[in-house]
Amino acid sequence: MYVAVKGGEKAIENAHAWLAEERRGATDIAELSIAQIREQLSLAVNRVMAEGSLYDPDLAALAIKQARGDLIEAVFLIRAYRTTLPRFGYSNPIATGEMACDRRISATFKDAPGGQVLGPTFDCTHRLLDFKLAAEGEVLAAPTAHPRTGATPHITEFLKGEDIIQDEPASDATPGDLTREPMEFPSTRPLRLQSLTRGDEGFVLGMAYSTQRGYARNHAFVGELRIGKVVVEMDIPELGFAIDIGEIEVTECETVNQFKGSKTEPPQFTRGYGLVFGQSERKSIAMALVDRALRWEELGEDNLGAPAQDEEFVLSHADNVQATGFLEHIKLPHYVDFQSELELVRKLRREAEERNASQEAEPSERGPL
Amino acid sequence: MNEYNFAYLDEQTKRMIRRAILKGLAVPGYQVPFASREMPMPYGWGTGGVQVSAATLTPKDTLKVIDQGADDTTNAVSIRKFFENTAGVETTEETEKATVIQTRHRIPEAKLREDQIIVYQVPIPEPLRFLEPRETETRKMHSLEEYGLMHVKLYEDISQHGAISTAYAYPVYVSDRYVMDPSPIPKFDNPKLEMDAIQLFGAGREQRIYAIPPHTKVVSLDFEDYPFEATKAEHCCDLCGAEDSYLDEVIMDDAGNRMFVCSDTDYCRSRREAGHMGRLAGENAA
Amino acid sequence: MNPLLQVKGIEKRYGARIGCRDVSFDLYPSEVMGIVGESGSGKSTLLNCMAGHLQPDAGQVIFDTRADGPVDTVTMSEPERRMLSRTDWAFVHQHARDGLRVTISAGGNIGERLMAVGERHYGAIRGRAIDWLGRVEIDETRVDDRPSAFSGGMQQRLQIARNLVTGPRLVFMDEPTGGLDVSVQARLLDLLRGLVREMGLSAVIVTHDLAVVRLLADRLMVMKDGHVVEAGLTDQVLDDPQHAYTQLLVSSVLQV
Repeated sequence: MYVAVKGGEKAIENAHAWLAEERRGATDIAELSIAQIREQLSLAVNRVMAEGSLYDPDLAALAIKQARGDLIEAVFLIRAYRTTLPRFGYSNPIATGEMACDRRISATFKDAPGGQVLGPTFDCTHRLLDFKLAAEGEVLAAPTAHPRTGATPHITEFLKGEDIIQDEPASDATPGDLTREPMEFPSTRPLRLQSLTRGDEGFVLGMAYSTQRGYARNHAFVGELRIGKVVVEMDIPELGFAIDIGEIEVTECETVNQFKGSKTEPPQFTRGYGLVFGQSERKSIAMALVDRALRWEELGEDNLGAPAQDEEFVLSHADNVQATGFLEHIKLPHYVDFQSELELVRKLRREAEERNASQEAEPSERGPL
Repeated sequence: MNEYNFAYLDEQTKRMIRRAILKGLAVPGYQVPFASREMPMPYGWGTGGVQVSAATLTPKDTLKVIDQGADDTTNAVSIRKFFENTAGVETTEETEKATVIQTRHRIPEAKLREDQIIVYQVPIPEPLRFLEPRETETRKMHSLEEYGLMHVKLYEDISQHGAISTAYAYPVYVSDRYVMDPSPIPKFDNPKLEMDAIQLFGAGREQRIYAIPPHTKVVSLDFEDYPFEATKAEHCCDLCGAEDSYLDEVIMDDAGNRMFVCSDTDYCRSRREAGHMGRLAGENAA
Repeated sequence: MNPLLQVKGIEKRYGARIGCRDVSFDLYPSEVMGIVGESGSGKSTLLNCMAGHLQPDAGQVIFDTRADGPVDTVTMSEPERRMLSRTDWAFVHQHARDGLRVTISAGGNIGERLMAVGERHYGAIRGRAIDWLGRVEIDETRVDDRPSAFSGGMQQRLQIARNLVTGPRLVFMDEPTGGLDVSVQARLLDLLRGLVREMGLSAVIVTHDLAVVRLLADRLMVMKDGHVVEAGLTDQVLDDPQHAYTQLLVSSVLQV
């Protein structure tokens, strides 16, 4: 009658085969190519690169295909692959001031050197389903113009020139590496920023939103948001100088936040910073707001007990690969733990019933509870 | 999977993990932070145990992997296969033959030997976590040996339920110094924590490794008048008749009839092979 | 007789601002010292420096320990100081919630210090918790209730029981009656006076309420702008204040 469950290995293999079939979907429909995903689902690709912490659009597209479009699963595939890659070294800091901007806007100044460049944005589109896309028509070519040459200076540089924004002291200290050292608290700003830039977009967005709604409000203006390509340089010791090793697209957001001042210090604006792989406006703005909220101590503000001010809370829960793994592990067998609780609850109930029975028999005696 | 190093992790990473293991053995029960790697399996599914096993295994080792005491639960099968593919080590289901045993939630019934290593998968390594969620606080409590709160929890259990109501992951006091989470093993297994084998604990997501060297004093927290009890279902195994093993409860039919079987599948099998029979053994085809 | 506590030249600054400066006094066994002053006078800063919650910028807080005699607790290691603060010292917060664990039963709250110093007999812990509930006039049937279900006065009495259960030799109190109704204050003061006498406690009480010090304190220090402007026997200071500020304090009470 009872046969112990066996054959787990076969069951797993069959489940995986079925999964592969489901991933492919109906075979009379053309299969997606990696290039199609890379080119046509580029914001999904960007998100997977950002949260997977690996800049490689083709691998990200492959991961999205393999994960059936589940982006957290795709991020996970990228992270697991990334860990196995050898480290050749660290690049020099990228110079975002030299960025060739596809988009550059400021909410603080109507115009500034470099101008307001809208770029390819959903902003001001009417969110009406475009049924023409269902007909697989060709898109009309967008008008073109000659790109502006020369660097686009950061908006905050102008404020810094006036000495009206808090200074970010430069440091040549090598920042810690989140993926090479265990996270310990209290952390440092470089590690916080690393954690936020690879953090789950939804989580970082929610945290940022909470600051806007009054949970440690820090009143942010988007000083500048820019998207474009930057050159990555690396020092080659054998050569004795730095060489270009490639180009990446990033989104950078600097917020200008509520000013502070004291008897000794004149009032000045403060700032938050967000930098994310690819085009990722929502994430970079959210990151800047959360970065700013986490700086309360450094900027001499009060801890209001808000979630977004709590470094240990934010950083411990921002990673969606960690979160989803731990969340989903509760579907694994827990027979043994459950059995031990089952026995315990039965025993406690038995004892409670016995106590009640003896109390009814001897109403004068008081039970221990 | 030839493109990967022996046991998947690169040698640099394995050295880093071995250093953490050695530190853990030198300070029994102390949680050593380590730079946990992202493994090709989800956090919470044994990534800590897998990394510790990977750093521990040598090509000559024989590996056994159990989950809930059984060799054939899906996650145990998956982890065993991972090491078969990446390390090519021999694997076994027999506790006796294994040199390294990776486990989730159980300690085998058979007494482990000095030449064996048992690796536990740990979800939450911090025994104080549910009393104090902050790492910064709990680390201070450990360093100052401020463990009063741990007994307050047990006190509250008794005052509310008349008994200590922790059934698994029952906290222990290691070598008269650190309070430690033994991973979610049932408290039935706690007395076995004083053993001859090396015990290593890996928590991947939480980035901690800790250890109990052989023959270390391990005491389950309790009160003098409410002493620790290692309990199990008050039955014998219905297949092998064992009275001393931890039992799984299985619902057999719509009427809710139950049977009890050893959770340690290898222990049960070896007893049946030796001719021991339980209540339902005759009816069992397996 | 040796002083139990010798405070020498305590100074604490917050940037350029002075928290308290150049405060010195001795406290003898079974003596109660009251510290009065308006808010911002530095009295709470001083108390927190003495109790080890704040690191003073200068000065010594020498405590006559059981094992090693007089030791400067400012330079003591943190484990030693924490050990002191859960055995021979006690700290009663103004807001009971700061000194209680609100999610733990009254019995667990009282028992915590006992367990922290190694008591491992449930029955004995519970017995002493019930005994202490009686001593602070809380019905023993409330032993398994959480303090969140208690009134403000009861919470404050529970906090006192939780602090005194290990028989400390020195109690720091920060406005122990602050924020309570007047009738509740009177009852609490009576209770405190009884316990202080009965247990021979030494205590340092910070308050802005002169009635509290008149009832409890043997000696009195008056603080203003971070330093002590007047000190002496309580009755003497209150009945014949010398410093203009003390005179103002005393007269403002009389007017009420």
